[in-house]
Amino acid sequence: MSRQTSRLDAKKVNSELLTLTYGALVSQMLKETENPEDVNKQLERIGYNMGVRLIEDFLARTTLYLNMQPTVTSWSSSGDEFSLVWDQCALSDWVEMPNNGLRYCALIPGAIRGALQMVQLEVQCWFVQDQLKGDAVTELRVKYIKRLEDAVPAGED
Amino acid sequence: MVIYGVYIVSKSGGLIFNYDHNIPRVEAEKTFGFPLDIKLQYENKKVIVAFGQRDGINVGHVLLSVNGTPVNGRTTEDGRDVFDIIETKENYPLSLKFGRARATTNEKIVLASMFYPLFALASQLSPVPKCSGIESLTADTFKLSCFQTLTGVKFIIVTDPSMQGAEVVLKRIYELYSDYALKNPFYSLEMPIRCELFDTSLHTLLELVEKSGTANL
Repeated sequence: MSRQTSRLDAKKVNSELLTLTYGALVSQMLKETENPEDVNKQLERIGYNMGVRLIEDFLARTTLYLNMQPTVTSWSSSGDEFSLVWDQCALSDWVEMPNNGLRYCALIPGAIRGALQMVQLEVQCWFVQDQLKGDAVTELRVKYIKRLEDAVPAGED
Repeated sequence: MVIYGVYIVSKSGGLIFNYDHNIPRVEAEKTFGFPLDIKLQYENKKVIVAFGQRDGINVGHVLLSVNGTPVNGRTTEDGRDVFDIIETKENYPLSLKFGRARATTNEKIVLASMFYPLFALASQLSPVPKCSGIESLTADTFKLSCFQTLTGVKFIIVTDPSMQGAEVVLKRIYELYSDYALKNPFYSLEMPIRCELFDTSLHTLLELVEKSGTANL
């Protein structure tokens, strides 16, 4: 058992596998839904559903998922808003975007929103800059909305 | 290191998983003459011993079978009323089997939802703020250890009172839950966990703990 779990802990896959799988998902969704705006929404929703599950895995063993370390910058003066900035993301390697309003990485803000909701934090999350749209870096803005008081487990208040 | 059972309670207080690992069977069979020298009564759809304790038959034990025929509620499997049988002299000598009642799934659900407010109560009763709620509850025959995650899921194990390192076991169960239950796309949150892979890996974990303790987890 202990050997099996240590194998699980060290389980790393080539990021290209993830990149390709994600790319296949997005392009398939674009094929099935004509409207890129709908694809954005769906990706956000998928991300949300992944986030509410992944948070448990994160809390159980504090892993990193995309092997990237974004910088945290641009704190608002009230301290309830910040930006995550990165210049390389495994999801968007090799991608050349059609100019149609698609937010290719919309899965990430969804996952952040879902995961934080499970720890009783409601946030908003959106892209300010996107390398795929010609910006120098990708910038994701995270804004604290409120603490979900009715969902706070006993002992956490 | 004996683990009697594992329970997982969801954020809303519902029992989403329970597993009886190693509950000792307490049973005693004895042949009785007329009149029966222990008092039985019908309670909660069971025939239980109300008075007269001996030969491993204790107050609170449930009548399991009459002359080898299993008892269901207050009737035997062949449809006769238990009290009719024990009051008729011609039926003696009579062999009766008693044992400790096993909790049914419904009873377990009730117990799990009873633990939920107890846990909340404990954290409110705390004289100091930031109380974690009940982490361990000890009795002379068992110890209950509880771990609540940041997201509000409670992992509970019931063990022998001498159990050491329950926190490590609970942490491992949390990891199994996040792997085998939550990463299963067909498992929906807050619903009872019916994932075979989760069951088998939990089983392996409990067996390991039982054999070699928690030192090498």
